[in-house]
Amino acid sequence: MDYSSFLQMREEFSLLAVMVFLLVYDIFAGEKGLKYFQPVALVLLTVHTVLNCMPRDAFEVAGGMYQYVPMQTYVKSILNIGTIIVLLQAHKFLNEDANRIKRGEFYFLTLSTLLGMYFMISSGNFLMFFIGLETASIPMATLVAFDKYNRKSAEAGAKYILSAVFASSISVFGMSLIYGSTGTLYFTDLATLITGTPLQIMAFVFFSVGLFFKISLVPFHLWTPDVYEGSQTNITSYLSVISKGAAVFVLFTLLIKVFGNLVTQWQPILYGLAVVSITVANVFAIRQQNLKRFLAFSSISQAGYILLAIISGSAMGMASLVYYVLVYMFSNLAAFGVLSVIENRTGKVQMSDYNGLYQTNPRLSFVMMLALFSLAGIPPFAGFFSKFFVFSAAAAQGYYVLVFIALLNTILSLYYYLLVIKAMFLNKSENPIENIKSDFPVRISLVVCTLGILLVGLFSTIYNQIAVLSFGM
Amino acid sequence: MQYTLLILVLPLLSFIVLGLVDSKWKPKVAGTIGTVVLGIITALSYFAAWEYFSMHRIAGVYEKIIPFNIEWLRFTDYLHINLGILLDPISVMMLVVITTVSFMVNIYSLGYMVNEKGFERYYAFLSLFTFSMLGLVVATNIFQMYIFWELVGVSSYLLIGFYYTKPSAVAAAKKAFIVTRFADLGFLIGILVLSFYTKTFDFGILTSGDTSVFASTVGASFMGISVMSWALGLIFIGGAGKSAMFPLQIWLPDAMEGPTPVSALIHAATMVVAGVFLVARLFPLYVVYSPEVLHGIAYVGAFTSLFAAIIACVQTDIKRVLAFSTISQIGFMMVGLGVSGNGGHEGVGYMASMFHLFTHAMFKALLFLGAGSVIHAVRSNEMSHMGGLRKYMPITNITFLIACLAIAGIPPFSGFFSKDEILSACYEFSPYMGATMTFIAGLTAFYMFRLYFNIFWGKEHKHQHTPHESPFAMALPLVFLATVTVLAGWIPFGHFVTSDRANYDIHLDFTVATISVLIAVCSITLAIIMYRKESKVPKRLATTFSGLHKAATNRFYIDEVYIFITKKIIFNNISLPLAWFDRHVIDATMNGMAGTTQWVSVKIKGFQSGQVQQYAYVFLLGTLIITALVLIF
Repeated sequence: MDYSSFLQMREEFSLLAVMVFLLVYDIFAGEKGLKYFQPVALVLLTVHTVLNCMPRDAFEVAGGMYQYVPMQTYVKSILNIGTIIVLLQAHKFLNEDANRIKRGEFYFLTLSTLLGMYFMISSGNFLMFFIGLETASIPMATLVAFDKYNRKSAEAGAKYILSAVFASSISVFGMSLIYGSTGTLYFTDLATLITGTPLQIMAFVFFSVGLFFKISLVPFHLWTPDVYEGSQTNITSYLSVISKGAAVFVLFTLLIKVFGNLVTQWQPILYGLAVVSITVANVFAIRQQNLKRFLAFSSISQAGYILLAIISGSAMGMASLVYYVLVYMFSNLAAFGVLSVIENRTGKVQMSDYNGLYQTNPRLSFVMMLALFSLAGIPPFAGFFSKFFVFSAAAAQGYYVLVFIALLNTILSLYYYLLVIKAMFLNKSENPIENIKSDFPVRISLVVCTLGILLVGLFSTIYNQIAVLSFGM
Repeated sequence: MQYTLLILVLPLLSFIVLGLVDSKWKPKVAGTIGTVVLGIITALSYFAAWEYFSMHRIAGVYEKIIPFNIEWLRFTDYLHINLGILLDPISVMMLVVITTVSFMVNIYSLGYMVNEKGFERYYAFLSLFTFSMLGLVVATNIFQMYIFWELVGVSSYLLIGFYYTKPSAVAAAKKAFIVTRFADLGFLIGILVLSFYTKTFDFGILTSGDTSVFASTVGASFMGISVMSWALGLIFIGGAGKSAMFPLQIWLPDAMEGPTPVSALIHAATMVVAGVFLVARLFPLYVVYSPEVLHGIAYVGAFTSLFAAIIACVQTDIKRVLAFSTISQIGFMMVGLGVSGNGGHEGVGYMASMFHLFTHAMFKALLFLGAGSVIHAVRSNEMSHMGGLRKYMPITNITFLIACLAIAGIPPFSGFFSKDEILSACYEFSPYMGATMTFIAGLTAFYMFRLYFNIFWGKEHKHQHTPHESPFAMALPLVFLATVTVLAGWIPFGHFVTSDRANYDIHLDFTVATISVLIAVCSITLAIIMYRKESKVPKRLATTFSGLHKAATNRFYIDEVYIFITKKIIFNNISLPLAWFDRHVIDATMNGMAGTTQWVSVKIKGFQSGQVQQYAYVFLLGTLIITALVLIF
């Protein structure tokens, strides 16, 4: 067997190298060297991102177990950037006395999940996919329970692992049915072998709920608010953006590549899920007082919007999906960034705590406002353009009613996003949160996110660039 | 000529920097940055003009150059919005005008605004305005022009309302914004109609003379008027709004609430001529596809010009006199365009209009800056608080006099040459038009010298502080602009800017010139008699023609007509029912939706119990239901 072809998996190897280096560094570096652990890690990750940001020609490794198409580079790059932003935001938290010793673990676990997502994205076989999925899930559960002496965090970890295992088992059951009915697990072979027999349809549904779980669509979302609330905020943001972003991309490619013949079955499923997810999440979001739970429901409804891109099944849908994930990443990470700064410093996460925030922390309020505007899809922020592209992708396929429902829901969502903004800018407070001086890494991350929110929509080249590759999918 | 991009980028950067630092820097620093940036782009513009006009003409005409162009949004293969820079004679000329006046105003403001609160904000807005105005004139397509057009409107709004603690300034800013915005609606619809039929926004394609672009407009008409006339007429409405043509002129006099240098920059020299520029930019379309609209523009311009000139004769606020004089002069430019044909001698109106735009920008900016200098000295806008200032302010006096002579059309000052060309174009169009415009020119000379004598001669008002000449920063722009005003008439303008971009040699029409100079001299003499020394003549005239005098003082009640139409008719008959509908139907629906949502969310709260067993149960149930549904259907 020719092992040299393995070297083509550049992204994975490069990330693995960073991980191993950090692990060794964490173990063997002295007290002095460890001071530089985070800067070194972040620099390495940045280098890794930059080195792997150019798309290459499509190729296969290991007889089709691993399949690369150029679009994956963009998705992986988006995930990389998102991860770096999350790690920047976690910088302060990890420098606390209680967590300093666990810093290496944090990085290693986060990057493991990222590696898992890489494999998930590039997999060409269900086994490979499953391994990727689990590599992404299991360390995730430990991350959720990172603050293990905290009752809420431990509870969230337990809930996450139980739910994830449950979802995986159903998913794996689906895969076994696929294997049973076709005799293969390779995506390329399955494309023609899946013809739409009832067994295969059942297999498809069982399999895909595993991904629905990851994307947290209604009714597979119940774990989301509890886990989001319980885990440390930076991990929540990782969960809500990176993990979700990878999953939606994989869902899209699988639906096209493997289940292309079932299009008449999966379109109505996604249709229903999109409507239910957006609506139910919005309805729940309105009542939330805890901002982490609030953002959890917001992220569920955002996932519903992404389904509009998937349902179109077109190249345009693919482009709008990747674009949406990019914009969603900036917006959501900005919101979570502000949230984590405030929570780390004061422990306050209730909406009422944010009353009068503008008076004491004008900059943070401003970033939060931009993020929420972008999430709500108000022009000229990037969120408007991403929604616009997603809606037009769905409308181009004739889903006018669906787009209309989604539009109604954006109005609804505007209401609850504005609630937060109202609290920050208009409500008065007896004892507002004191002025917080955020540290340097967090500032970088917030500046990057703000620039993303402001500029990604205005530079049409970004969307065009994505659109060019989306025809190759 | 890639560097022309810098002309746009630098003021934008200056705006961002000055806008972000807010009041953290010393005012002086902010002012210096703004002024230096303007100085650089002025130099760049001059260099660009020199390079452009020293290029060889190809087949006798100046070529259009597009040194920079990016596609911003693509709708179809043909229809796309680009952002770029288009250099042709008129845009290059406008670059020079805008940067020169803006630079002068920046220098002037260093002295004029120095003790104002919000100095940095002022300079940031000035930079924003300059950026928008430059972007407007170099636009490669009509949509880009529209974008910058609106930006110009916004920055004008910000600058008029600069003294935002003063209610009248806020009201004036609002009025200017709403009136021009209302006109811009016409502009936008015009753009959409035009691009719907021609499938392009690009000026290059639209004005190339290629008739195939307009193939689909042939025979297309709406309410008996061809679509091209609709489109171009609607586009002109946008231009009429910005250029304060009747009946949309109401905002400009009020806009004088802004700082005086701003009036000089925006409401005299640059923004208000945007409408003229717009017509000039689309002139090949007007002249070929809709000469009737073009003639309409001429009549609107002539009427506005007369109307404003009459009002200017009785105003007592010096800035308002200048405002009405501006409206009147823009009317001249519009007339020039309206009576023009295309090419050669036919196109003299176009050339004259652009020439007048150029000279007017210089001397009107000079007048406003001079007025600012006077206001700075006596702290009042009212003529009655002035008088006899020539002793105290020699520089202001001389430069103001030069500008008055120029606008009155006395040779050899620049206004004489440009106005004379417009008049001779008018006579060729029709004798009546020529006579009307000559009469207006006479009125102009009269009211300008009324203004001049009331300020610098006449009875001296008792001042609380002795008036003094303005500081160097304010005197310098006055002297510079006065020099330009003296010399600009000798520029062989037809050599640079003509309707067909070919060379045209200006001949003075001596009959027209003699008549107009005579009339101007008579008017000035009249003004000398009436206003140089204290005299009873003006008062007697005012009582004799008390009706006319009162009507003109009240600007012929146009503002009242607007108030009547908006408050009595539109508010009562349209807005009130709409408000009812909004409150009882739309709001009620929304509230109902919100109520329902709240109710639902209370009901399904229990769904999210926190028990992971139940989550798994729902999860499984969901899977099975989906499977069942898919298999059944």
